Amino acid sequence: MNSLETRNLNKAFGKLVVADNVSLALPQGARHALIGPNGAGKTTLINLITGALRPDTGSVQLNGEDITSLLPDARVKRGLGRTFQINTLFPQLTPLESATMAICERDALSGHWLSPLAKHGAAIDEAYDLLGRVGLADAATKPTRDLAYGQQRLLEIALALASSPKVLLLDEPAAGVPKSESAALFEVIAGLPEDISVLFIEHDMNLVFSFATSITVLVQGAILTEGPPDQIAHDPQVREIYLGGAHHG
Amino acid sequence: MSTLIAVLFDGFSYGMLLFLLSVGLSVTLGLMNFTNLAHGAFAMLGGYVTYALVESAGWPFLATLPLAFLATALIAAVFEAVLFRRIYKSGELNQVLLTIGVVFASYAVAAFFFGTVHHSVDLPDYLKGFVEIGDLKLPAYRIFLVIVALAVTAGLILFLEFTRFGAMVRAAVDNDKVAGGLGLNINAIFALTFALGSGLAGLGGALAIDILFIDPNFGFHILVPVLIVVSIGGLGSIWGSFLAAAALGIFDVAGKFLFPDFGPFLIYLFMVVILFFRPNGFFARR
Amino acid sequence: MDPKSWIRAKARISPYEAIFWIAAAVIPFVFFENYLSLAASVAVTALFCISLDMILGYAGIISLGHAAFFGIGAYTAGILSARGWGEPISGLLLAAAVTAAVGYIVSFMIVRVQHLALLMITLGLSFLLAELAISFDQFTGGSDGLQGIDTWKLLGIWKFSLWGHTAYAYALATLFVLFLLARRIVHSPFGLTLEAIRENPVRTTALGAPNHAHLRKIFTIAAAFAGVAGALLAQISETVSPEALGFQRSAEIAVMLILGGTGRLYGAILGAIIFMIARDQISGFYLQYWYFWIGLILILVVLFLPRGILGGLERLARLGRRA
Repeated sequence: MNSLETRNLNKAFGKLVVADNVSLALPQGARHALIGPNGAGKTTLINLITGALRPDTGSVQLNGEDITSLLPDARVKRGLGRTFQINTLFPQLTPLESATMAICERDALSGHWLSPLAKHGAAIDEAYDLLGRVGLADAATKPTRDLAYGQQRLLEIALALASSPKVLLLDEPAAGVPKSESAALFEVIAGLPEDISVLFIEHDMNLVFSFATSITVLVQGAILTEGPPDQIAHDPQVREIYLGGAHHG
Repeated sequence: MSTLIAVLFDGFSYGMLLFLLSVGLSVTLGLMNFTNLAHGAFAMLGGYVTYALVESAGWPFLATLPLAFLATALIAAVFEAVLFRRIYKSGELNQVLLTIGVVFASYAVAAFFFGTVHHSVDLPDYLKGFVEIGDLKLPAYRIFLVIVALAVTAGLILFLEFTRFGAMVRAAVDNDKVAGGLGLNINAIFALTFALGSGLAGLGGALAIDILFIDPNFGFHILVPVLIVVSIGGLGSIWGSFLAAAALGIFDVAGKFLFPDFGPFLIYLFMVVILFFRPNGFFARR
Repeated sequence: MDPKSWIRAKARISPYEAIFWIAAAVIPFVFFENYLSLAASVAVTALFCISLDMILGYAGIISLGHAAFFGIGAYTAGILSARGWGEPISGLLLAAAVTAAVGYIVSFMIVRVQHLALLMITLGLSFLLAELAISFDQFTGGSDGLQGIDTWKLLGIWKFSLWGHTAYAYALATLFVLFLLARRIVHSPFGLTLEAIRENPVRTTALGAPNHAHLRKIFTIAAAFAGVAGALLAQISETVSPEALGFQRSAEIAVMLILGGTGRLYGAILGAIIFMIARDQISGFYLQYWYFWIGLILILVVLFLPRGILGGLERLARLGRRA
């Protein structure tokens, strides 16, 4: 059984086709990269999987369950986590509060309105441990807006991990991270728990070829080709798009 | 029958007044997402300009109208440059509060210069009384109002469709990022649109003088119908504002006639229900 | 650093708070006996302001019609009393129940819409209720206001007199109890989730939070708080008029909250104290000058003090510590 599967997903805005019969399958523990030129429909595909968009036809399966008709938050509750290409954080909250909030939500504590947060020590400890694992322990009690950009990218991943996903969608985790800060980020991605299946969009080919065990190339909403990294690296069509094409990603 | 037509015409002319008062806000909201609750205060300014010129300086009523437009546009441009420009990016709440602050202050300033009483002006003879068409008697002033409003609508549409500046405004309303990418100066377009839109509100305020009276509360009182027109009509849509204003005007007058106790209640009810199902109004440009 | 003690420290009651509440309980009785009625209405307003802070400051819902719930609470308690049951505390409870029920129904509309539509729906609902209050004059007294409210002795012992001793004690005690409740709510896991939704609803959804359900819950709770504040005013002043529901009250309460500072509860209280006392002192002379100052303060606060007085003081304190 695959952790995540999309079956013949189609989506169009008027005449603009953004997903054209996309079928993907991630076995458990997969490290699957999704690449393609800008406007290929990568983020659209992520949005179809998370439920931010509804497909016109086709279905999304999570651990064998059809989740096509579920709302985004219900999909998260079933183990689908994601990060965002543009930082989507809580600027005035601290990383500790942000991660604690995520864990409380996961453990169905977020409706508790009369018990002090401090009473839920296990959630707070877990949040702090998690921040420690991504190297944010020192920044745990600073407001998020005061964090360095690279640290905010790490927090993106930490928050997604806080909901204990079985499938993790990383939308350009390295986007905009300066060279000096990218080592820490690569380390965190390399250290993701092995049982989590990861689907990631990335333009940084270093990252793609060091972590992906399989790659899907998306062009104009449709899958162009799919395979292990060395096969994709030598695929003439892919080389054409990335080396000869006008839209260099 | 002729009573019905007279009532409908009354409502329609009131609607046209609302249109003049609203259309500028609709365009500027669509353009910049700047929630300007001070729009009614600019309308009030136009009203006082006309009042002051007619009553103190003895100007003829018609001659004051262009000046009500110009003076309001000018002062609005100053407010835009000095005050509003600072908060375009700082969130809806701040915009609501700052512009409400302007309305509060405008009340005090108006009360200081003109007192808290209702003002109206002595109209020229040809705008007084009624025009008889068959057995239909329509008030001359309201006919004049409708003609002005229709002329302004036609002018606006010609302006937006056929001038270079109009095309820039349309592009910016539809998508400010794309328009910015094309090298259009969104800030300058907005400043000018804001001034023109406020000028129209000023003209509306001047024309309102015989129908609603002018007093320091005008900025508050007119705000609600104006916002109803803008939200129901849809941001950035001239036709949306036109139709919503006409409908609201007719409903308001007919409602007072048919259900005197529940007219306003029904208007608020319709608005809430419509916005619940169509949060962007009927003709939103985006 | 122990993360649990950091979280606990944020919720700990500071000595300043204790001093504030003791002062609030003592100073008006000892030094300002002639101003006890004003003090009582400050306490009522502070409670209403806390209610707005819960939805606006914590959950980020902008409402231009929050006075609707204040008014429903006032009319509920007022009509109950005018129809022969003047026991104050049960009046408060009934008002809380009725406003919570109305708030719950309204919350389904509120969470669906944003921006201008949200402003207009909140504004529209409060106007709609004001029209109803005027039209159903056999219940509400119409635009003249509700007459014949008779508030019985508090707990069967203390009479509500012209001097306002009982009124202030009653209002302050209610404020204090509900403040403690509000404080508990905002420092709970639910309170943290609300702040997260305010900061970024897209992310909370991606973390599995049912945003709408959370927002409906706080809206309902805040409506009940506003209802209790309205009921207090009706019982203390023994009259209710349609302006209790009006836009002016909604706008004023927002001014106070912004002035004091959003999202910190004490900002709501401080804003209410400053605003109410200033109005009492200034508006006696000329009403229009009062409006000028409100307008000017709003503009200045938005431009230069976006976190209100308390937020500004906090920043000063931080700078002082760093220096």
